[in-house]
Amino acid sequence: MTRIGPRLAAAAVFFVFTAACGGSSGGTVATDVGITNDSILLGNTIDQSGPAKSYATIASAEQAYFTYINNQGGVNGRKIKFTVLDDGYNPAQTLPLTKQLVEQNQVFAIFGGLGTDPQTAVFPYLNQQKVPQLFVATGATKWGLDYSQHTWTLGWQPPYQGEAHIYAKDILANHKSAKIGVLYQNDDYGKDYLKGLTDGLGSNASMIVDKEAYDSTAPVSTLAAQLAKLKGSGADTLFIFAIPIPTITALATVTALGWSPLTYVNSVSNVASYMKFAMSKGAKVDGAISVGYIKDPTDPQWANDDGMKLYKTVIANCSTCDANNGFNIYGVAVAYTMVDVLKQAGSNLTRANIIRIASTDLNETNPFLLPGIKVTTTSSDHFPIMQEQVIQWSSGAWHLQGSIIDERGTIK
Amino acid sequence: MKYLRQAPPRYLLVILVVVVLVGLPTQIPSFQSGEWAEVLILSIAIMGLNILVGYSGQISLGHGAFMAIGAYTTAILVHNYHVFYLATIPLAGLMTGLVGLLLGIPALRLSALYLALATFALAVVTPSLIKRPEAFTGGVEGILLPPPEPPQFAQDAFAAVTGGPPMDSDQWLYYISLGATLLLFWLAWNILRQRPGRALRAIRDSEAAAAASGINVAGYKILAFGVSAFYAGVAGALFSLLIGFVSPDTFPVSLSFTLLVGAVIGGLASIPGPLVGGIFAFWLPIYSGQWVSTQDWIPAQIATVFKNAGPAVTYGALLILIMIFAPNGLAGLILSAYTRLRSRLRGAGERTTGQLPPDPQTV
Amino acid sequence: MQLFLQIVISGMASGAIFASLALALVLIYSAMGVVNFAQGEMAMFATFVAFTLIEHGANYWVAFAATLGLAFVGGVFIQRVVIRPVERAPILTLVIVTLGLATLINGLAGFIFGLSLHLFPSPFSTQTVSVAGAAITYRDLGVMAVSAVVLVLIYALLQRTRIGLAMRAAAHHPEPSRLLGIRVSWMLALGWGLASVAGAASGMMVAPLLVLEPNMMQTVIIYAFAAAVLGGIESPLGAVVGGLIIGVTVNLAGVYIPFVGGDLELAVAFVIIIAVVLLRPHGLFGRSAVRRV
Repeated sequence: MTRIGPRLAAAAVFFVFTAACGGSSGGTVATDVGITNDSILLGNTIDQSGPAKSYATIASAEQAYFTYINNQGGVNGRKIKFTVLDDGYNPAQTLPLTKQLVEQNQVFAIFGGLGTDPQTAVFPYLNQQKVPQLFVATGATKWGLDYSQHTWTLGWQPPYQGEAHIYAKDILANHKSAKIGVLYQNDDYGKDYLKGLTDGLGSNASMIVDKEAYDSTAPVSTLAAQLAKLKGSGADTLFIFAIPIPTITALATVTALGWSPLTYVNSVSNVASYMKFAMSKGAKVDGAISVGYIKDPTDPQWANDDGMKLYKTVIANCSTCDANNGFNIYGVAVAYTMVDVLKQAGSNLTRANIIRIASTDLNETNPFLLPGIKVTTTSSDHFPIMQEQVIQWSSGAWHLQGSIIDERGTIK
Repeated sequence: MKYLRQAPPRYLLVILVVVVLVGLPTQIPSFQSGEWAEVLILSIAIMGLNILVGYSGQISLGHGAFMAIGAYTTAILVHNYHVFYLATIPLAGLMTGLVGLLLGIPALRLSALYLALATFALAVVTPSLIKRPEAFTGGVEGILLPPPEPPQFAQDAFAAVTGGPPMDSDQWLYYISLGATLLLFWLAWNILRQRPGRALRAIRDSEAAAAASGINVAGYKILAFGVSAFYAGVAGALFSLLIGFVSPDTFPVSLSFTLLVGAVIGGLASIPGPLVGGIFAFWLPIYSGQWVSTQDWIPAQIATVFKNAGPAVTYGALLILIMIFAPNGLAGLILSAYTRLRSRLRGAGERTTGQLPPDPQTV
Repeated sequence: MQLFLQIVISGMASGAIFASLALALVLIYSAMGVVNFAQGEMAMFATFVAFTLIEHGANYWVAFAATLGLAFVGGVFIQRVVIRPVERAPILTLVIVTLGLATLINGLAGFIFGLSLHLFPSPFSTQTVSVAGAAITYRDLGVMAVSAVVLVLIYALLQRTRIGLAMRAAAHHPEPSRLLGIRVSWMLALGWGLASVAGAASGMMVAPLLVLEPNMMQTVIIYAFAAAVLGGIESPLGAVVGGLIIGVTVNLAGVYIPFVGGDLELAVAFVIIIAVVLLRPHGLFGRSAVRRV
């Protein structure tokens, strides 16, 4: 017995230790999990170490806005605490980390989780646990379209298909005889856009003369093959449904091929600094068309805009954030909506009430979005932002064209 | 001192570990059982890699691809053909094992370096290949699987033991993974201590000498590939059930790399090594980001530096340091320290008999 | 026909990128019989160093030269500190150590230089020239020219100088070399230094064609492996020819084989690696070696 005794004792110590670590504190009187008299706890998973780590700054910008609100006294006296975890853009990490946020950190809601794949991996769990999964950072159309299957999950930014509908409208209105070539990323993001464009063109879908895919894991320098083929197909209009780096590469390659089609760039990659990158790589991008819904921090026309001034004040709270990076104003803008929802909930801070407001009762003006755009949801419409404006690139900057286009109700 | 002098033989340690693993879910919140299930699953895959790399001396930088095959086999069988999920686990293992055997044949002709390059390329190309047969694999959107319900008897038994709520699916999958881990580790222990294990080590140390002493070099090397892939396939199957979702992004190149890191940190050619490796492979990236920032005693600046540097730096540095200073991995380090301690405390008598402590490399 | 020509020319331009990094891989292999998985990351890191120098006002060519110098020192340093302790270990150990090095350098670059995208300047203009109706930029031609220069220099060094002879001897016959008074270990360090310089030159040439960020070289290195394997992993000329063949093949397959399309190009590189190692393991230009027991 003397032999085994110490080992049992060691085992007992181990169990006590793990039990002590694992047990939750809890016990505070609150309206719902994650809410105390003076705090609201939100959780987030984002990529800080994987292939999409350049988006990591979004969470820092969101944190900067919460810090700004907390310095103003918080939301009805409650300070927002924001826990951000790194999932490396790997769904296999997102799931345990999200469970940790919900069950150990006891967050009130998950806010701004990044990426279609990682967020797809956790939505069944969050909906089953009835934890709000608010304003996921992905424009996949399914978040709003399949809302009835996951009533605790909501997107925020305009869906890719809706954006592509606007391009189709622009083509049909202004370039009726266009021969369209499409370069798209072979994943849900690229295909969402392609579907939106095809649907939007409707009976004129045959205007698309060729479409070429590339793989996001191997975009480097090899886009020449796809682009040469598109050029060879006789297309005079090019759609680039690609993430930033391949977009920059593609713009430069198009010019290097001696091709000058009318070019459409999607909103994920139309950041002004990236367009300038492409220009210094030799691309001739004047006349390129895209859409915008958010103010571009590098655009001089907003220099004296109140929303932009507020953005600069807010982003100063983040030492690692580059104020000119479009991801950061995105983060601040979506955090603004989050705070709006919390304010609107007033004293009824329950998960159910929050998701009700966010998914059916939003009617907000957001100072960081283009003038005229409202963040809206109703009992039958769960796409918060559905308005965008066509922009055209000339003399080193995007310029707003026409008026705001409403896509509401176009996605069925 | 008296207790140390009577330090237990190895099998008592094994029993202790098994008892702790069996009791673990009763002591921790259910989501942590899910995390530990992932640890066990990684251990199984690492054990597979260990059989190949540690024992047969063939290198693979592409074991994540084998996990992907296993995971997709399970996901497709459950989702498209409504096969009972438990039945898919051995099927996924066999399917992957078959692929491993087939790949083992060309691998025979490759030098270590070329095998490393070829398997690396396999890991890189697998996510793109998965995307292609869309109707079958769900393309880039992947396949969602419902979490399996634990059977009634397990739910009741768990509730009776803990006096708490019945067993949930995370805890159930933990026990399934634990069962698979114990079975596969026991199997590996048996294979590797017997004739096949000796043959593999002989091949690893000198192929020519092994062939000269009548060992079927080609046969054993192909077999090692197949068995190794079988382990990775089982791990992949459990992985897809646990995460409830498979997509090309779930099997990035870095997964293969994580498995290799786990095998090396745990200790190549060691039976307990993969378990240690699994613990590290799962917790290191999570803790290198989280733990440091929650420790008050670490100055904020250092914590920020550590967090910003991310797990990649920790991974890389550890890998290099271990290869240089502890080529037998942590398990090797602990075992040799333990053996030294034992022989020291047991007195000079045992030492002078000239019996060297068993080399952890060969146990 | 014009499309075909254009695709071949564009393929050669990408091929030059692969070739320039493959040259560095070949140098390391010649110096110590192992493939350096960290080669791409070392090149990326050196490019960031050059970028930082230029950002701080250095002239392009001054920064270029300084970076080559620093890369040499860095390569020797890495060999002395990280590789030397395991230089006699099995290939497996070396592969794992260089993989660890790749992760470490990638992480450090993200940490030191940040994750934002940067534009790296090029001394060559983006004007295009027309070659029989197909367009190519001076920048692409520049990459080819620099690869050619590096190739000639490496060839001259290895084949025409005493030190090159000593390096080759040290790598392949360490014991006899030691008896002949060659400082074997330092020869290996020299090999790492030179490979690091070749990699840095490649990084600085390639960066203007891509976008400078920590993951810049991650896909390039796979194609570079394929190029080195195809050309014969010990042959500098093979690396260049291999790179060009890979670039052109991948492009042609993407356009003319419908099943491959644009999105399975990486798989083409994979198939090439597998086919070569199975059918002609010494590559196009390598000599088949007798396996030592």
